[in-house]
Amino acid sequence: METLSFEFPAGQPPRGRALVGCVGSGDLEVLIEPGLAGKLTIQVQTSVNGSEQRWQHLFARMFDGQTPPAMSIDIHDFGATPGVVRLRLEQGFEEIGHD
Amino acid sequence: MSAYSLRGLRWFEALSGGAGALQGFPASLKVADVRLGEQNVRLLAVVADPDNHFPRARNGEVGLLEGWGLAKAVDEAIDADRNAIHKRALIAIVDVPSQAYGRREEALGIHQALAGAADSYARARLAGHPVIGLLVGKAMSGAFLAHGYQANRLIALRDPGVMVHAMGKASAARVTLRSVEELEALAASVPPMAYDIDSFASLGLLWETLSVEQIEQPCATDLARVIDCLQQAINDVAAAPRDLSSRLGATHRAASSTVRQLLRAQW
Amino acid sequence: MTDSAALLNKHSFVELGARQRAKALLDAGTFRELLDPFQRIMSPWLLRQGVVPQSDDGVVIAKGNLDGLPVVIAAIEGAFQGGSLGEVGGAKIAGALELAAEDNRKGIPTRAVLLLETGGVRLQEANLGLAAIAEIHSAIVDLRQYQPVVGVVAGSVGCFGGMSIAAGLCSYLLVTQEARLGLNGPQVIEQEAGLDEYDSRDRPFIWSLTGGEQRFATGLVDRYAADDVTQIRQQVSQLLHLGVPEQHRSGQAELFLQRLARLDTDVQIEPATVRQLYQGERS
Repeated sequence: METLSFEFPAGQPPRGRALVGCVGSGDLEVLIEPGLAGKLTIQVQTSVNGSEQRWQHLFARMFDGQTPPAMSIDIHDFGATPGVVRLRLEQGFEEIGHD
Repeated sequence: MSAYSLRGLRWFEALSGGAGALQGFPASLKVADVRLGEQNVRLLAVVADPDNHFPRARNGEVGLLEGWGLAKAVDEAIDADRNAIHKRALIAIVDVPSQAYGRREEALGIHQALAGAADSYARARLAGHPVIGLLVGKAMSGAFLAHGYQANRLIALRDPGVMVHAMGKASAARVTLRSVEELEALAASVPPMAYDIDSFASLGLLWETLSVEQIEQPCATDLARVIDCLQQAINDVAAAPRDLSSRLGATHRAASSTVRQLLRAQW
Repeated sequence: MTDSAALLNKHSFVELGARQRAKALLDAGTFRELLDPFQRIMSPWLLRQGVVPQSDDGVVIAKGNLDGLPVVIAAIEGAFQGGSLGEVGGAKIAGALELAAEDNRKGIPTRAVLLLETGGVRLQEANLGLAAIAEIHSAIVDLRQYQPVVGVVAGSVGCFGGMSIAAGLCSYLLVTQEARLGLNGPQVIEQEAGLDEYDSRDRPFIWSLTGGEQRFATGLVDRYAADDVTQIRQQVSQLLHLGVPEQHRSGQAELFLQRLARLDTDVQIEPATVRQLYQGERS
């Protein structure tokens, strides 16, 4: 099990918050809350060791060159594939976008 | 060496002072009404019956007959003392290796039989009977939930053979995909996972832990010690709430109290 | 409504997670979660064992109305650690039931509905899970004096271990076909008693003994519903409206002992035997 932290430049905090997913085998739970303006912070607790690079790549593809909302994201991951991670994140973004 | 423990039986015999067990219960269930000092007490023990009608319940496990039998034994005490000023104490002598594992058991609803026992013990406690659990051997998972865990006060004897747990080591290791050694190592730093009675005591669930000299067959001083402790426990219950709130408060159960506080605040 | 239209209108309850199930049962706009995930009241024991925790510890506590009746719902998330109960999840359920009983003593008629998707004690928290389950049992018996406690076992995890005893303490139980209700998990029985006694890989065999349909046919549960949110909701509402039963199933020791005394235990048990032995006698 590893705890990893990531940070990206961001815009304004979103108004809402969202919870998607669940810590089941091959799945993950994502909590998205408003963070500090200008910063997107992500904390990942994952059952998979040695996965820092994979997470870094995934987030970089999602956020590099973008100005995402200033969210504080907590991920509790139980071995989800990058595809499932992306799906859950996008579900979460959609939910906070609906406020 | 028998495949089953005799401790529960021996402590039942010692505490009942040779008064025989009551009729009308399965052979695996020993029930006796005795006086301990000034108090009326019903003793209850689940013991091995090698001739149990249910072949998977012949080593002292709590199975169908034992679950429903306990319920009946406790219900009788509740009914008999319904209008009594001082309701008799119920003393669960606990030496149960597990619930019974078997096809008949599942098919006939052993979960319901154990619920019957837990129901009666809880109702007895709510009705004002002091319910005391005396752990002289194993107190494992469903068996303990049915017989002993609804007590107002839990007393354990200090001995490697006295253990409370949700599952035996070998099975627990298999289910959690670890080796027994790994499990034991974990248990050393995770008190709720440990098997020894002192770790269990650190969870704040026991009212008292007692050392005796001859746990397999109590000598006179052992008996006097335990009877004295039982009497104190019964007296302690008299003016106390009839719920299980006395089990809260240990450092290792801090979250259990925090959750309740937050629920109350957000209710 | 045509058959296909009816089919299209069916919404699976089994496919919903715990939070969605609780929301689906409560009257629109009345769902209010206590100790919600954002409060992060999590297990103090999992991280040190390298197990990733869940923000609600796998239990959702929600208050609201069900057809106008004030209820608290405790929903166990079967996808997290097999729905097993640890210290925090167990305390959430026990605490909610305790507060519901307290409400009733103050004249507030709060009922409880338990959505049971659980393997029992979380072994990573062993004795704290077991202790919490004992407190859940105590709280059910206490609350049952005032209001019915309704248990729902829908699947796909089912209800096992110490929480199957909790199910047995409920005033009423509702199950689906997919549900199983039994004390011991099939693999544990096979390990303890051998393959001949219990084949844990034989799904039809397991459901024939512990599945929802059989439990209903043997009177060990009260209602048998299709896997549909509307139907389940209706049935739960009906059960709540029945009030406290005259006798609880768990209070019928004499009846069950008499039945068991009639059983020929020399032969292995068959589902039909249980139906004959228990049939037609409901609490």
